Amino acid sequence: MLTTPSFEYLLLSPMLIILAAAVIGVLAEAFLDRNHLPVIQLFISVGAILLALIQIYRIKSSSSTSAAIGSVVIDKATIYLQGTILIIGLLALLLISDQEQFVAQASAIPGSREEQESTSKGSIQTEIYPLLSFALAGMMLFTCASDLITLFVALEVFSLPLYLLAGLSRRRRLLSQEAALKYFLLGAYSSAFFLFGAAFLYGISGSVYLVDISSAVSGGYGNDVFVLIGLIFISVGLLFKISAVPFHAWTPDVYQGAPTSVTAFMAAATKVAAFGAILRIFYVVFSPIANQWRPIISVIAIITMVFGSAVAIAQRDVKRMLAYSSIAHAGFILTAVLALNKSGLSAALFYLTTYGLSTLAAFGIITLIRDATGEVTDLNKWAGLGKKSPLIAGSFAFLLLSFAGIPLTSGFIGKFAIFSAAYETGNIAVVVFGVLSSALAAFFYIRVILLMFVAQSQNDSISIAIPSVKSRIAIGATTAATVILGLFPSLLLNITQSFSIFIK
Amino acid sequence: MNIANYLYLSALLFTIGSIGVVLRRNSIVVFMCIELMLNAANLAFVTFSRINGNLDGQVVAFFTMVVAACEVVVGLAIIVTIFRSRRSASVDDASLLNR
Repeated sequence: MLTTPSFEYLLLSPMLIILAAAVIGVLAEAFLDRNHLPVIQLFISVGAILLALIQIYRIKSSSSTSAAIGSVVIDKATIYLQGTILIIGLLALLLISDQEQFVAQASAIPGSREEQESTSKGSIQTEIYPLLSFALAGMMLFTCASDLITLFVALEVFSLPLYLLAGLSRRRRLLSQEAALKYFLLGAYSSAFFLFGAAFLYGISGSVYLVDISSAVSGGYGNDVFVLIGLIFISVGLLFKISAVPFHAWTPDVYQGAPTSVTAFMAAATKVAAFGAILRIFYVVFSPIANQWRPIISVIAIITMVFGSAVAIAQRDVKRMLAYSSIAHAGFILTAVLALNKSGLSAALFYLTTYGLSTLAAFGIITLIRDATGEVTDLNKWAGLGKKSPLIAGSFAFLLLSFAGIPLTSGFIGKFAIFSAAYETGNIAVVVFGVLSSALAAFFYIRVILLMFVAQSQNDSISIAIPSVKSRIAIGATTAATVILGLFPSLLLNITQSFSIFIK
Repeated sequence: MNIANYLYLSALLFTIGSIGVVLRRNSIVVFMCIELMLNAANLAFVTFSRINGNLDGQVVAFFTMVVAACEVVVGLAIIVTIFRSRRSASVDDASLLNR
């Protein structure tokens, strides 16, 4: 007698809703009137995210965890990460829908008459909404995938839309297209490494499920060389996504070239999703052989922190500077992965949320600083911004202080939680380098703050765009979260502690 | 025939692919090298499927083909747009961002 496998649609419903919204969005592109599309698409995407958040709330204390015949594990940590990704997606969507920074017609050659015509007609490439929904669904699936097939498919489902979104900037088309090309080629390169590693893990265990791979790894049967090949190649694929050194080369270019609101989404949400998968793989699969990979990952974490902080000092472009700072932050979160205990996991979850929200706010503010040609990202032109708009410059300064980890900001609490978790496990070297590179990082953040408030402005060409309601909500909410979580961290720390459970 | 030879072949193909990505200059060729790497992984999956005596590896190979096809759609779209705006598909020419 064949029994129907249980699929657990309720547990999968947040992802299914977002995927359905993406598919409906593609259909709407084909059949509905172009003039109403921007509003309809925004409505579909926001509605789906809100529905999915409600579903997340409903399943948050569900007792069953395994869904889709064991391919997906919806445990506490997954629910937390999915909720975070959805909230970041919602706020990023408000930024994306607000700005006129997307190309009117992506296929038109830059500078051609065709492009000018479509721009003057005011048409807009509304495909960004379904693409964003696909990316969101892929990210959510990536945090809960518990077999190699689902993991690989989810990786591609969230990467492919991001490659396209990176190339859709309205201004500086060539830079944007170049960013898309670089992101695509390097991203595909790293996913090939991921797949090759996955093949060897399947080889030693004879199963694609992470549980079986874990027991094969800890049992020590099979081939140790194959385990190491699998471990190294899979790690390369994942470390690329979080932009750890030496797999970071794409980050500054893509962050600079992509439309700023897409960069905001990419910087915040990709990190959460990729770290979700890294945490699961290292906590669930590779924790039995921690002695073998801990030294390598420790070195990578140290290099990433120091390199990101050191190179950021030399940057003359705000977006590039934040890209290098995001590299340094990836190193900090890797430190939490190394801890391999509950406090490390909880610290990582807290850090991912606070870092994601602050990053979103920082890139959101960058979209407001403009001159006649569009956004101004050259740091020299930011001189004297504090006098022009104390509120905007003040918020940006506060966010930079949070990135630096100054007390009373959420960044401080996150760093403190991570370093104390690493210290507990006796990883003193990593903690020392972490604190040193935080100090190094503080140097260039404070340099930017001085530039905004003390330096004399050289030209008056830059202006601060009046943010619309949607931008105000996004930037305001994320900045407020940075303040509130800095003053009352226990609000979120209690949640991350009760949600820091991975189930095999 | 020793089944391990298929693994050596797969490793060889993967190495050729990854060296090609680093050395070749035309983005289409770089992309083909990436496809070669994916196919090397596929070969490894199918070989392991034979060694382990179950079909999971072959299923993965099918999924990989589908994903690779999607990647071609996105990748060629990006490369063609770049070619149309610069009249060149060389990855060396696309270097505005490093300054």
